[in-house]
Order: sequence, then C-alpha cells, then structure tokens
Amino acid sequence: MTDHPAAPILVLLEATPDGELATSAAGLVAAASGIGAPVALVVAAPGRAQSLAEQAAALGAERVLAAETTSAQSELTVPHVDALAAAAKLIAPEAVLVSNSIDGRDIAGRFAARTGAPIAVDAVGVSRDDEGVLAHHSVHGGAYNVVSAATFGPLVVTVRQGAIDARAEARPVATESLEVPASGAASATIESVEPVTETSSRPELRGAKRVVSGGRGLGSAEKFALVEELADALGAAVGASRAAVDAGYIQANHQVGQTGVSVSPQLYVALGISGAIQHKAGMQTAKNIVAVNKDPDAPIFEVADFGVVGDVFAVVPQLISALAERKR
Amino acid sequence: MKIIVLVKEVPDTYGERKLDLETGLADRAASEPVLDEIGERALEVALAHADAHADTEVVVMSMAPESAATTIRKGLAMGAGSAVHIADPGLAAADLGLTARTLAAAIRRTGFDLVITGNLSTDGSGGVIPAMLAELLEVPNATALTSVEITDGSVSGTRDVDGGTMRVSAPLPAVVSITEALPDARFPNFKGIMAAKKKPFETVSAADLGIEPEDLSAAWSIMTAIAEKPPRTAGTKITDEGDGGTRIAEFLIENRLV
Ligand SMILES: Cc1cc2nc3c(=O)[nH]c(=O)nc-3n(C[C@H](O)[C@H](O)[C@H](O)COP(=O)(O)OP(=O)(O)OC[C@H]3O[C@@H](n4cnc5c(N)ncnc54)[C@H](O)[C@@H]3O)c2cc1C
Repeated sequence: MTDHPAAPILVLLEATPDGELATSAAGLVAAASGIGAPVALVVAAPGRAQSLAEQAAALGAERVLAAETTSAQSELTVPHVDALAAAAKLIAPEAVLVSNSIDGRDIAGRFAARTGAPIAVDAVGVSRDDEGVLAHHSVHGGAYNVVSAATFGPLVVTVRQGAIDARAEARPVATESLEVPASGAASATIESVEPVTETSSRPELRGAKRVVSGGRGLGSAEKFALVEELADALGAAVGASRAAVDAGYIQANHQVGQTGVSVSPQLYVALGISGAIQHKAGMQTAKNIVAVNKDPDAPIFEVADFGVVGDVFAVVPQLISALAERKR
Repeated sequence: MKIIVLVKEVPDTYGERKLDLETGLADRAASEPVLDEIGERALEVALAHADAHADTEVVVMSMAPESAATTIRKGLAMGAGSAVHIADPGLAAADLGLTARTLAAAIRRTGFDLVITGNLSTDGSGGVIPAMLAELLEVPNATALTSVEITDGSVSGTRDVDGGTMRVSAPLPAVVSITEALPDARFPNFKGIMAAKKKPFETVSAADLGIEPEDLSAAWSIMTAIAEKPPRTAGTKITDEGDGGTRIAEFLIENRLV
C-alpha cells in the first residue's frame, strides 16, 4: 500500500462561475490523497487563483499549481487542457483526476487524446496496488463492479460527482504559479454564462444523503410541490423521473437515472414513479428505498425496502405531519 | 454541408443488461440490440437541418461488430444519405483511446463540416468521445448542447453546465454533442425503409483506416476485475389503509433515517 506514498497525483479542480471551487473538489482531493500526494491545479482569471488555491489547500492539496488566464472565461475546454498538459509535464503524475462533470469530461477527454494517456471514466473510487493506480466503476446501475487500470503511463480518471465521501486533512497553502504555453488548438467560444437562478437551500442532488423523487404520478408542476415539501421535511434533495422532467414539473438537472444523475443515498423516496429500468439504474444502490405508488404491480416495489400501495396525495401529507409531530 | 452523425448499437435499456464476466464486454446475446436513443436524437438534429437546407449531406457512422449493420441501416431508413460502418474483430475490446483514434480516422476519410454525437451513450456512459474526437481532428468541441443552431459557417447552442447555462459557438468544422433535451427522432416510414436498401453503405476495417488495433506501443486502459452484485430484493409492501404515511414515518424512525 505505502510503496510509493509520494507519487504525485494531479487533480484538476473546477471553479464555479462565481469563483468558488466546485463542490466536487473535496472528494477529488481526498481520492488523490488516498493513492499519493495530491497536487491540485486551479485555472482562474488573473488575480483570482490565490483564493482558489487557499480553498484547495484547506481541502488537503499538498501543492497547488495556479494557472491564471483570461482565456478560460472566453474559450471552452482548450485553456484548461493546455493548463493540465503543462502541469502534467511539470510533475509527471501517476494519475490525473478530473470531475466527471460536463466540462470535466471534455477537459479529460481532450487531454487524454492529446497526450495518448488511457482514460477511465465515471469512477466511483480509486485505489492502488503494486502495479499502480486502479479506477473503480459501478456499471449498469450498480449491477456490476468493474476495476480498470492503465497498461503503462499515467491513467486519466474522471470521478463521478458525489461518489467520494472521504475528506482529506487541510494542509498549509503552497501555491506555485504555472506557466501555460497556449497550444493554439481550435476551441468554441463562450458567449455568455448565466448562473442558475435556482435559489435553493436544499442539498445538492449529487452526493445527497437523502433524496425524495417525484414522477409522472404527481400529475402537474403545481402538485409536484408535494415532493419538495417532503424533501424539506426530511432535509433531502429533490429528484425526478425523466417523465416528470419531460412534463415540465421540474428542471432536467434533477433527473435521476440512466441519462440523469446516479445517486447512492442513505434514503431514497420514490413518489409516483413506476420504476422503469432506466430510472432504477440511477438509484438502486441507495441503502434504503421507500416507494409510494397506487399500482401494486409497479416495478419500483421490486427494489423498495418499504413500499406503500396508495395515493401519494393521501400518504405523503400524512407522512409530513407525522414527521412534524415527531419534531415537536 | 456534410454532417456526420455518430450512432451506436446498444443493448436495449428496457431489458436486463449483462456484462460477460470473462471479458467485461457487453453480452450482446443477453438483450435486444437497438440504436441508442441519444444517437437517434443526434440524427434528428442533422435531418431537421437537411429538411430545411437541400444541400446537406447526412452520413451515419458507427464502430460496431458486423452484426450491427441492420441497426445502423435504421439510420438510413430515417433519412441519412449514406452509412459508414467500421467493423473489425480486432476492435472488439477497444478502449476509449483506440475508439477515438479509429473514429477520427474514419471521419477524416469521409470528410466533414460538422460531427454530431449524443452526449452519453446508454451503455458506456463515457461521454468523453466527442471531446477526444475534437482534439484528434483539431477542431472545436461544443458538447452537451440543449439547443443547436447550424449555419453555413458555424454552429452554436446552449449548454447546461454545473452552476449555469452557457451560450457557445464555434466555426465549422466542429464536433458537437447533444443531450436528450433535444426532440425525439422521427420514425422511419415505409418509403424510407425501401429507399434505405439503395443507399450507399460502406463497411471499412481498421486496416482501411490505417489503424493497428493491437498496437502495444500505445498505453491502454484495461479491465482488471469484474464482479456482479446480487440483485436487490423487495422488502415490505403494504396497502394504504389510511395509515400509509404513519407507517412510512415508523419505518424511517426504526431505521434511524430521520
Ligand atoms: C434511453 C433512455 C434513457 C432513459 N433515462 C431515464 C432516466 O435517466 N431517468 C428516468 O426516470 N427515466 C428514464 N427513461 C424513461 C423511462 O423509461 C420511463 O419512461 C420513466 O422513468 C417513467 O417515469 P415515471 O415513473 O415518472 O412515469 P410512469 O412510468 O408514467 O409512472 C408513473 C407512476 O405513477 C403512479 N401514479 C400515478 N398517479 C399516482 C398517485 N396519485 N399516487 C401514487 N402513484 C401514482 C402510476 O401508478 C405509475 O406507476 C429513459 C428511457 C430511455 C429509452
């Protein structure tokens, strides 16, 4: 295990539009510190990197490479890839960890193609053995656990958001500014970014400990509020089936399933969701599943630890008052 | 304008999907193969553009075993003008790197102004191929688009990223990927199915593309272990008799979930 305790692991930490580290950062640094020495790369507008570097150190980065550039605000993907390539050249990492976010995937993909490094995607964990770094994957909705590795050279790994619960200990800030030669690779132009207006105090769906999801059975966007009410009573994040998203009850980033978010919470409550295989693919690794559906044959009951055959509009309000009762 | 749409044959997600525990590859016999829905939506974007712009050429391309030809042909029946099928037993165990190199070589050979793909396949869920292709083809990438506008010289659209909505644009040639926010694809009609039989369908091997599948000088990503998890079993199921909500509350309390 401790054969190469100091092997550098390069971690790209993404920043949000308002200049904070993305929530994926803590898990990425922790994952890296489990297999080597985490070296974080932050890419920011001039004058903005130091604050990100401090946040990265607080999350456990041993070293922070800071690339300051104006192009990351105006060009998609390529400035980050150029920075990642410069950082990899500098530290010769044993693995490169990137968030499996939309932007992270693009950066990791272009970087792997540019450097010829093998890439392992959507890992839920990393470890190491005598031969090097291993990426762990949960495939087909958690039906299979698969482990992958590089035949040689550094492995690029995209890590599923919210999959790493571990946290590393804070370290003193050690920032180095990184010189990034521009590759000149063609890139798309970012014309504008509008931060999401969702002003919610609810937990983020990815990585949430509790999730309450609603499906087509809720019947309308107005009535979908019941899902949110129960979520608030439980301190849970709000999820949805694709049918609920398609019907406009809630925004697409709440979709759980095959083509939405994969969650693995302590508690998953499915309301008015039939339990199509593509929905189950995103939630069946939850520790406890509770389902309410008026159809006794709904497939969701096949995976539910506690199922109630009934009308959500009768069962859920009663549950909410029972929970409120208990709090008093 | 020449648009290449990448499509993929995948196990039907409505069925139980299996992996071969020896090779880690999809067990293609275990479930009905279908054209991946997201690839159909990508094709719809191209076909909708072609409907409005007569000088548009739409090519469907896929790297898949020989047996996938029928599935790829569906793309022709939907309205694509021609198909390129990269079929080579040597590519069966290709990792993402080899897949991207092979597709990039085929795309170069066919020629393109725009490549459209789905954002994530429903089997691999990798989502990195579009960006890898853009790098190898030396063109811009604009991925995970929830709306797409194509003009003679550019492509632009909206993408939902973490924390915001972004407007992006790129000059052509370019690679874009789309999400399932884009419309469902049209169904092939009888006329389309008949016409598909006469459309060019090219099958190429790795060698035709100058690709050496067993090139050990390249680093590979390999599977080192695979395990099947036992399926989840059903727990208690009750019928609401006016106490359903209370019973859930009890379950949550008993299991220390509240
Ligand atoms: C390629 C592909 C990818 C997909 N990806 C996803 C994905 O990521 N996530 C996803 O969720 N789906 C996905 N789907 C869609 C999936 O197949 C289902 O169509 C979808 O999950 C159904 O959503 P639903 O359960 O809300 O709706 P329905 O299947 O219509 O079920 C509604 C349920 O509500 C119940 N109900 C109605 N009224 C009440 C009431 N008053 N009280 C209690 N119960 C009630 C009904 O009995 C029914 O079981 C995908 C499909 C494909 C082909």
